[in-house]
Amino acid sequence: MAEEVKLFGMWASPFSRRIEVALKMKGIQYEYIEEDLSNKSPSLLNYNPVHKKVPVLLHKGKPVAESLVILEYIDETWKQNPILPADPYEKAMARFWAKFLDEKLWPAAKKVVLSKGEEHKGLIEEIQEHLKTLESELKEKKFFGGESLGFVDIAANIIFWLLVVQETLGLDILTEDKFPGLHEWNHRLLDDAVFKECVSMERLLASFKVRFGALTASK
Amino acid sequence: MANSDHIVLLDYSVSPFAMRVRLALAAKGVEYLIKEEDLTQSKSSLLLKVNPVHKKIPVLIHNGKPVCESLIIVEYIDEVWKDRCRLLPADPYQRAKAKFWADFIDKMVYPSGYKVWAANGEVQEAGKKEFIDRIKMLEGELKSNPYFGGETLGFLDIAFLPLYYWFHTLETFGKFSIEAECPKLVAWGKRCMEEEFVYTSLPHPHKVYDLVVDYKKKMGI
Repeated sequence: MAEEVKLFGMWASPFSRRIEVALKMKGIQYEYIEEDLSNKSPSLLNYNPVHKKVPVLLHKGKPVAESLVILEYIDETWKQNPILPADPYEKAMARFWAKFLDEKLWPAAKKVVLSKGEEHKGLIEEIQEHLKTLESELKEKKFFGGESLGFVDIAANIIFWLLVVQETLGLDILTEDKFPGLHEWNHRLLDDAVFKECVSMERLLASFKVRFGALTASK
Repeated sequence: MANSDHIVLLDYSVSPFAMRVRLALAAKGVEYLIKEEDLTQSKSSLLLKVNPVHKKIPVLIHNGKPVCESLIIVEYIDEVWKDRCRLLPADPYQRAKAKFWADFIDKMVYPSGYKVWAANGEVQEAGKKEFIDRIKMLEGELKSNPYFGGETLGFLDIAFLPLYYWFHTLETFGKFSIEAECPKLVAWGKRCMEEEFVYTSLPHPHKVYDLVVDYKKKMGI
């Protein structure tokens, strides 16, 4: 069956890596196109003229953009290994938490990287508030999705980027003593064969150290 | 299911986010109780209990279980009452397009609109230009259809319609004409306003203006 699936992505973008996790979890064959974000391809600009961003999924020539929208599209199109729960209420909860991750945790994590020493304290407190909320949502569960990795776990991949940031800048944000549940969850995700392939922690650390490591001097 | 359902909406009549939920419930003919929050006063203990994370309206409480975030609530309503008036199309690609544009409205259109009604000077001017540029992109999505949902009102129509009801408010504060720039969009809004489930759910655009003036005064904006 010639079901052409292409993914325009970037290895260091958590939003792009989310899509790779979903495609691999479902065993979908796809062609991957690595974008140079400082020199975006005409194809990318053509397929996502509104935001001009990765990831973009191209399926049978039709583009889908925005990572959470793409995840839902993948789940609805390829029904094996479902990512979202079937129950409408559970689905609404999953969507809520994914949105929380993108709209609350991610912007705060980004700000930390771009800010100087004195600003760190307030930002760290803000991030830890969000982590506390996530820790209590995770509770005793193996994954946010329950027994198996689901939509929220995939969206929560941005926590790994936070771990890279904290190690690069020498900050204590997500620690085992403060967030034992999330700490365990991290390890469980990194043990997952598919997820592990889509994080590249060492490469991220190396890249972040080069770009942001110098900022630790102002601490 | 119908008779044993208990549905409460934590609402604020002029909030465009709450308006989306009222539209969706009305489209599906679902009966519910409104609990109006006064956003100019401190938040009620019920709101803090059912939405501890964001402490915002709208919140739909369905048989005691709260659902938050307006677009998530609209999708939830569509999935629970799936036997009537389908809001999202069946085809995954069409669904993805509708969700993409609804997300665009939240991320790109609302923040610009805010600058128009809540700011002044250079910030407001920049907001006006941004707002028009962005809603023009949405206008393009109508193509030759009467509604964003095609032949009938759907998810994206409901996502955008409350903002149409705010056009008069934005035009008055911004001193500009949206109709001059986006006639197709205004025609779409007028078409939607003719639907009974729409005009019975939303305050008239002139009433929206009065409510926003009052809100601004009380909040010192």
